[in-house]
Amino acid sequence: MTVTGVHKDPRARTMTLTAEFAATAAGVWQLWADPRRLERWWGPPTHPATVVEHDLRPGGAVSYFVTGPDGARSPGWWRVLAVSPPYGLEFELGDPGIPPLLVRVRIEEHPGRARMVVVTTFPSADAMDQLIVMGFEQGLTAAVGQIDEVLGAGPGR
Amino acid sequence: MYYHMVVDELDDVFHALADGTRRDIVVRTLQNEYSVSALSRLYPMTFAAVQKHVAVLERAALVTKRRSGREQLVTGNVATVRRAARLLDQLELIWRARMDRFGEILAEDPRPGDPA
Repeated sequence: MTVTGVHKDPRARTMTLTAEFAATAAGVWQLWADPRRLERWWGPPTHPATVVEHDLRPGGAVSYFVTGPDGARSPGWWRVLAVSPPYGLEFELGDPGIPPLLVRVRIEEHPGRARMVVVTTFPSADAMDQLIVMGFEQGLTAAVGQIDEVLGAGPGR
Repeated sequence: MYYHMVVDELDDVFHALADGTRRDIVVRTLQNEYSVSALSRLYPMTFAAVQKHVAVLERAALVTKRRSGREQLVTGNVATVRRAARLLDQLELIWRARMDRFGEILAEDPRPGDPA
């Protein structure tokens, strides 16, 4: 498996994902640094990405849009905070109207493989804090659990 | 985008749940249907103020409202609450799918030193 670990920390509002690839750090870096390669993995097949601007320098921007099945385009952007090819990248990820998420990418070189760690941090908006803390620790989770029991429904969608 | 859509869709939800009274209304109405007037007796605020809170929750699809005679009855929306509580899970799925595609592209890329 590509993904070797996922750690979600509702308190710190982070998701840490670790993946390993049979590649060099430089090879992994190319998938971030080359806009044509980035387009091939960023959006899901139903929403392919088109990268418009791609400047991986501190203060630089990456802008793109994804095209949905109905042809509608949704814009997105990164604001690059730090770059150290081929080992690290840090950027804010967002689109108009929502608070940006912080994404930190670390790439490590190991014999015969590269490990990539992606840490996504949610904005520290009070609402987000409260929602996550509440959702995971009390109140709503308990209430939803009770309703599941009443309805005899599993935890599906 | 897919990724942003998840967050964007939940933006109203976060806003709605940022308030303690509104959270309490959601928890209660998930378990029982309440009229707005019954809710307004639970909190030290006016009927109009409670009605406003309910309207915010309704916009975020956290509750639904129906009329019964002169009463407005409020019910919590389990699906929205579940979706909100699972934001991290959804983001995990998005990134897992990304990493699968990432791995596929790397497998196609010639390794350095490999014959072209």
